[in-house]
Amino acid sequence: MSLFDKFQPLIDIRGELEGVGVMPFGAVTEKLLSPTEAIVNGQRVILAGTNNYLGLTFEPECIQAGQQALAEQGTGTTGSRMANGTFAAHVALEQELAAFFAKQQCIVFSTGYAATMGMAATLAGPGDVIVLDADSHASLYDGVRLSGAEVVRFKHNDAADLEKRLRRLGARTANTLIIVEGMYSMLGDQAPLADIAALKKHYGGLLLVDEAHSLGMLGEHGRGVAEAAGVEEDVDFTVGTFSKSLGAIGGYCVSNHAELAAIRFAIRSYIFTASPSPSVIASTRVALRLMQERPELRTRLWDNARRLYDGLQALGFKVSPQASPVVAVTIEDRDRAIACWSQLLHRGAYVNLVMPPASPSTDSLLRCSVSAAHSHEQIDRIIEAFAGLDTEHTAAAN
Amino acid sequence: MPDYNEFLDRTFKILKPFTKQGVILNKDSELVTELGLTSLQVMELIEQLEDHFDISIPLNILPDIRTVHDLAAQLDKLDH
Repeated sequence: MSLFDKFQPLIDIRGELEGVGVMPFGAVTEKLLSPTEAIVNGQRVILAGTNNYLGLTFEPECIQAGQQALAEQGTGTTGSRMANGTFAAHVALEQELAAFFAKQQCIVFSTGYAATMGMAATLAGPGDVIVLDADSHASLYDGVRLSGAEVVRFKHNDAADLEKRLRRLGARTANTLIIVEGMYSMLGDQAPLADIAALKKHYGGLLLVDEAHSLGMLGEHGRGVAEAAGVEEDVDFTVGTFSKSLGAIGGYCVSNHAELAAIRFAIRSYIFTASPSPSVIASTRVALRLMQERPELRTRLWDNARRLYDGLQALGFKVSPQASPVVAVTIEDRDRAIACWSQLLHRGAYVNLVMPPASPSTDSLLRCSVSAAHSHEQIDRIIEAFAGLDTEHTAAAN
Repeated sequence: MPDYNEFLDRTFKILKPFTKQGVILNKDSELVTELGLTSLQVMELIEQLEDHFDISIPLNILPDIRTVHDLAAQLDKLDH
């Protein structure tokens, strides 16, 4: 017996992958050629697995703002927001995010993980109840475990199952936090937020929605699934990230609850870490503005998403349940999925390989994410890469 | 209100299809190390028990469950 015994399954999988000469987890991007092309593991590829939804990572104005902040404010804040790490730009970004979401309160975090985990860990505590969607992100699961609250899952995107859970809680719903995501990261499917918000109103409690993958993508202003569903007023806390549509790193929580101003001082992932670097805040602020000024990015993103979704569906692949900028192809056999991932890389397309338990079922996924910066020609090349896949054999192609 | 034995019987029924040939299922059977249930299969077991008894099983009890007996005993302790 040793501390390492519990890691044996991981050691075995890593050994298997090394045996077939493929390492999909931690593929090395050696050179970025644009927001949508790079050299990965020695292959020139179209990036189809980056979550760079609006393609803003190389936006000149964002880069210039980041460079200026580096020169004027240095490389890092070297401290917590609670100590020396609150700069004027952090406060300005919080105000700009609150204005964008039309909410009273905003907290900026150093990462999206810190935002979602921290809010889930802090809002409910011992004696309270958290009811969360079964397919919630790992950061939310980590948070609810830390909270000390009683944690109950409901079946993914199943409002009827959520209602059963709330009904069983009786009067305890007053102390209940419901947690869902707007758009789910693995399959790109959206929560039935209108139904979920109606249940919250009927039974009580508070609702937290993680819009990490839907910011800048859905709703009239790009505020996410809640805006698209017309239920923003019923969402008590919206959390999300700067690391996808805004092309940087960091996270946020917005709310109309005045209590958030004080809750800020109880969130350990906010307090006990250094605040975001000035250059990150600077590029994020510009990206947030550009996202609002350029609604055409959203139009292009969805145009590309439908093109890829329709193309892969036409090839006969089992794709996500609904078209979205996340297009996942299900491959039941894990070894075949590994081989397909490797073939795709050699055919010029980088996608994400997702294996259980990270995937929502026992199946594996070849997860694509589309960008507004992709050209139609690039989307067609991704589809062509899939068309040539040898899905019959499981040996990795090298 | 279901009791320990009802939880035990239902757990046995649900586990039967998961159990490999030659493995004898009893209340001391360990769900993961002996029966080889994956984390997804454990969650499926929990969901089936929830649906059958119309209860919600908190995730918090899972770290204390190793055997079929542990599961039935924990469910019996829940305030339904």
